[in-house]
Amino acid sequence: MTDKTDFTLAELMIVAASEAWRGDGEVLASGLGVIPRLGASLAKLTHSEGLLMTDSEAFLVEEPIPLGPRGDYQPKYAGYMPFERVFECVWGGRRHAMVGPTQVDRWGQTNLSCVGDYAKPKSAMLGVRGLPGNSINHINSFFVPAHSKRVFVEGEVDMVSGVGFKPERWNEGERNDLMEIRIVVTDLCVMDFDGPSRAARVRSLHPGVSFGEVQEKTGFPLIAAPDMCETPHPTAAQLALIRRLDPHELRATAIKGNPPGIRPAA
Amino acid sequence: MDKRMTTADVVGALRDGMTIGFGGWGPRRKPMAIVREILRSPVKDLTVVAYGGPEVGMLCAAGKVRKLVFGFATLDAIPLEPYYRKAREAGELKELMELDEGMFQWGLRAAGMRLPFLPTRCGLATDVVKLNPELRTIRSPYEDGEVLIAMPALKLDVALLHVNVADRLGNTLVTGPDPYFDHLFARAADKCYVSAERVEERLLLDAATARSNTFERYLVTGVVEAPFGAHPTSCPSDYGWDMSHFKRYAASAGEEGGWQAYVDEFVAGGEAAYQEKNGGAERLAKLPLPVF
Repeated sequence: MTDKTDFTLAELMIVAASEAWRGDGEVLASGLGVIPRLGASLAKLTHSEGLLMTDSEAFLVEEPIPLGPRGDYQPKYAGYMPFERVFECVWGGRRHAMVGPTQVDRWGQTNLSCVGDYAKPKSAMLGVRGLPGNSINHINSFFVPAHSKRVFVEGEVDMVSGVGFKPERWNEGERNDLMEIRIVVTDLCVMDFDGPSRAARVRSLHPGVSFGEVQEKTGFPLIAAPDMCETPHPTAAQLALIRRLDPHELRATAIKGNPPGIRPAA
Repeated sequence: MDKRMTTADVVGALRDGMTIGFGGWGPRRKPMAIVREILRSPVKDLTVVAYGGPEVGMLCAAGKVRKLVFGFATLDAIPLEPYYRKAREAGELKELMELDEGMFQWGLRAAGMRLPFLPTRCGLATDVVKLNPELRTIRSPYEDGEVLIAMPALKLDVALLHVNVADRLGNTLVTGPDPYFDHLFARAADKCYVSAERVEERLLLDAATARSNTFERYLVTGVVEAPFGAHPTSCPSDYGWDMSHFKRYAASAGEEGGWQAYVDEFVAGGEAAYQEKNGGAERLAKLPLPVF
């Protein structure tokens, strides 16, 4: 590390997000949104070259495509992956997606449909989209750009769109062994659901963030992982790759205020 | 054999209370010229089945939706479909069947294969099952005994699609990179009407181009020539979606009398006027394809 402020929080989160796919081998890596997509791209270019990625439209690429207007850059295609094939991939389990749900609860259940009463919601959002199918069939990670109790709710999410580890939600005979929640990357920390009885844990804290602050902004109790540490800082090599993957600096708009990676302790 | 007709002919064949599937995906390749014709018509009480984009919002705003069968409604670049959102938050959409995207195509597939249902794991352990009590489960008759959702066939009275090229016989080509699920909508429907950027006399293609045909002409009841008929949604490889139009449309949802003003400006005058209001054919043809 040369200069303690030479990376942004977004860049720290991209590196943290890339760790989600480590060791996955040959699966379709889908990062939805700027930071998850850059995370998946970084994973493929560094520790997990076996990952499959698309051009975010209908084709597979072996070289992750930089974000935004492409100028002279011509994508090189290695295969075809229209929406129809994405479902075949999802149902076959060979995918790891990182998605940004509106709500996440203590059981890892997610909501993308609506906030408030279903019949007359306070806020109607996208709809469940592919969350029910993705969540029950393959590995998922979550991305939360603004860690708060509005996202990490106290009780159950308002509309369970993605499955989780709440036993009462599963009936006899239904297979819950094909799902996995890997990590949750937020602007404060990295979490998982690998505590006792799949309780939520903090795996690492971003620089300048305390466990107390994370707990205070989370609607359910958290456990500190035994090896909880500071989220690793991006290396110069990782930062160079991120710059190449995001030439228009879309990452600067991904987190409110684009704060530096190392924040003064609260 | 000549299946050519007009958007007015298509909408003339619709009846109140019908179940209508709309092809495309979100803000992509929606049969918007036909949707605008529906907006000009008295047809109502529709069950709308769609991977929802602006057609869902517009039909909601016009009060034509009795039931919505969907997995999402979005304009992508504007994530929340403004009029869908407005209708939902006002509690106006009383009948909803909110489905996982994959379950949705599974239901269309069942209908196309004349099956009562197809089994799937998707939707289990979520509120999709709780909020749709009509969804039943089924236990595998084999040793595994797994319990699955029996996704019922999504039978459509009518499917409405927009493609790049068609001929008078009902042969169609989708020249963009993704065919979406139009072929499943076509198979699930009793009648399927397809609008196209260009309708030719006969398609006489080379083998590579013929692969862009994604469903058979025996599924097609009628074809309508509707240049820029997907606007403001995209129609790859011909043109991209119209972001400035989407912004204007979305802004209207926040204005008093906004929907009526939108209808007066863009819908009431017909397609020729619509194109002129949007800068004319020259501008529309140049709308850039979105870059992801």
